[in-house]
Amino acid sequence: MPRGYGFRKESSWQILIGASVIGITLLAALCVVGLSLSLLGHFTLGGLPHVTWEFLTEAPRNNNTEGGIFPAIYGTVMLVILMSILGVPIGTVTAIYLAEYAREDSPFTRWVRFGVNTLAGVPSIVFGLFGLGFFVQFVGKGIDWMLGLGLSWGKPAIIWAAATLAVLTLPVVIVSVEEALRSVPRELREAALALGATRWQTIRRIVLPHAFTGILTGSILAVSRGAGEVAPIMFVGAAYSLPELPKSLNSQFMELGYHLFVLSTQSPDVEATKPLQYATTVVLLLTTFVLNLAAILLRLKMRKQRSTGH
Amino acid sequence: MRVRRSRWGEKIVERIIRIVALSTITLITLIFLFIAREALGILSSSDSPHLLPVPHEAAPEIYGGEGNAGAAPEVYNPEAEFPEVPMGARSPAPQPGNGEAHPGLLQNLLSTVWQPVASQPKYGLLPLIAGTLKITVLALLIAAPLGILAAIYAAFFAPRRFRELIKPVVELLAGFPSVVIGFFCLMVVASIVQETIGTTYRLNALVGGFGLALAILPIIFTITEDSFANLPRYLWEAGLAVGARPWQVVLYIMVPAATPGIFAALLLGFGRAFGETMIVLMASGNAPLLSWSPLEPVRTMSATIGAEMGEVVWGSLHYSILFLIGVLLFVVTFLLNIVAEFWVRQRLLRRFRGIIS
Repeated sequence: MPRGYGFRKESSWQILIGASVIGITLLAALCVVGLSLSLLGHFTLGGLPHVTWEFLTEAPRNNNTEGGIFPAIYGTVMLVILMSILGVPIGTVTAIYLAEYAREDSPFTRWVRFGVNTLAGVPSIVFGLFGLGFFVQFVGKGIDWMLGLGLSWGKPAIIWAAATLAVLTLPVVIVSVEEALRSVPRELREAALALGATRWQTIRRIVLPHAFTGILTGSILAVSRGAGEVAPIMFVGAAYSLPELPKSLNSQFMELGYHLFVLSTQSPDVEATKPLQYATTVVLLLTTFVLNLAAILLRLKMRKQRSTGH
Repeated sequence: MRVRRSRWGEKIVERIIRIVALSTITLITLIFLFIAREALGILSSSDSPHLLPVPHEAAPEIYGGEGNAGAAPEVYNPEAEFPEVPMGARSPAPQPGNGEAHPGLLQNLLSTVWQPVASQPKYGLLPLIAGTLKITVLALLIAAPLGILAAIYAAFFAPRRFRELIKPVVELLAGFPSVVIGFFCLMVVASIVQETIGTTYRLNALVGGFGLALAILPIIFTITEDSFANLPRYLWEAGLAVGARPWQVVLYIMVPAATPGIFAALLLGFGRAFGETMIVLMASGNAPLLSWSPLEPVRTMSATIGAEMGEVVWGSLHYSILFLIGVLLFVVTFLLNIVAEFWVRQRLLRRFRGIIS
């Protein structure tokens, strides 16, 4: 018997409405799918042919109108590595608190959760302002003042950009690491505790090793998010064009997303650099999607481990 | 003895973990304090020499358009950018009577002209606020019907295959960096809009709004779909049991029951669009006009910060006002979040924020 078969015979307008409800929603769904795929297709088709070995390995020349994007790739990689070093430990410890120590009903826990959610909702440009006002103007200038260095840290630099992105991606790390910790079977903890291990010993020797994949997933998601963000780093350290690679933590750097922004809006001849723009987009997209894919696969593996039982 | 010692260790470790867990709250407080601190400069900074409008090579009004010769700053040059502004020059504490430093500043802020780089700088925030609201509403008008209807289809009518397809596809869309979406609008959407509607300005609010819609579509879809999935099954079954057709159950029972979730989806979508920077910076034309037409260029608050912060003299009045705009953005999204939090179950929020967004 078909679902929802009624006794009363349907009038034809009811059938019409029913069909149009389904039709309209189907249309919307197809639109969403179509938009996503056309976005992907447009850049893959338009950009891939322009990604050459020279493009990947050379520095930009002639005011960004020729050459490649190697400094931008290098800068992005350094940026996200620094960001992970700064952000992942804090995020992981917060997640440990939420998953292992927190009592759900305590006000403290509610505050921490509120903090995570709020932080995730702050606009990215505001993080940029924060990076400038706090890291550059306060921390950086403070270091200069204390060490009497003149002006070496109190200016936009890769370390401040990384710190800003670390703050921005903190919620991503916390949420996914917490999920990973919660997926560690209860019995393992109980067995360890029953053997006389303390709580911290249990976490360090049993829970954390089991949740390692999850922590990795969290970091990868954070990296993929951070690699695509431009607004927070525009005035905290990203450079317009900088053929040499950043040498120290207080150098400026080039970044893929910012480079795309510069190429497509600030260049004297936008049409001439179109191939460069598309190729940059493809490299940026590939970076984020490969990272996202890795995270999804790791998460699947994690869930499978959980469902088949350790 | 060993047991005793490890207990001590336990206590210390737990303390440390608790303190680190406070980091998110600490960071939010710091964000607010330090943005507000820089914004307070409008009260304390007087028009001392370094605040005088710097002769600027006529800052381009429209970024991202054709023939834009916007001379963006070259590689960072410390000497040029820091005309020895001492830390104290922006003393955060507004001294009494210092509010008079800029007579008529409030009127200036509430005026309708944003012309920060002029001999008589005008800092009217109204066009920026109006522009932000206009483009955000446009984005919602595009993304909300699409997202909600698609979520209804995916949750209730879709064959299994299609459901398994649409979710990763939406995640794919969510994975696009906003600078790429902005670039797409700049290159493709702007041309399409111009050819079909024949607009005077290639980059306008509609193009930017469409880009924002692409950015918030995954949020609206995911949260709506999640709130459908979390409805108790018996609603569906009871509806069918009394003889309603599936579409009737959906329209008269499921959708009304999921209203809080849909509302939260819209709210969070609004918040995201409100603060989004790169898309509007690249695709909306960036002219601070005060108009109702969706086909004219528009300048949002976030884009103003993004476009001007790089060239502003640190510590100047203009600089402080850009931070003031940041404070506004922060406060509005903060309040939106609190309301959304109130409506949506914590779990939903966490799922979407950590993993999808």
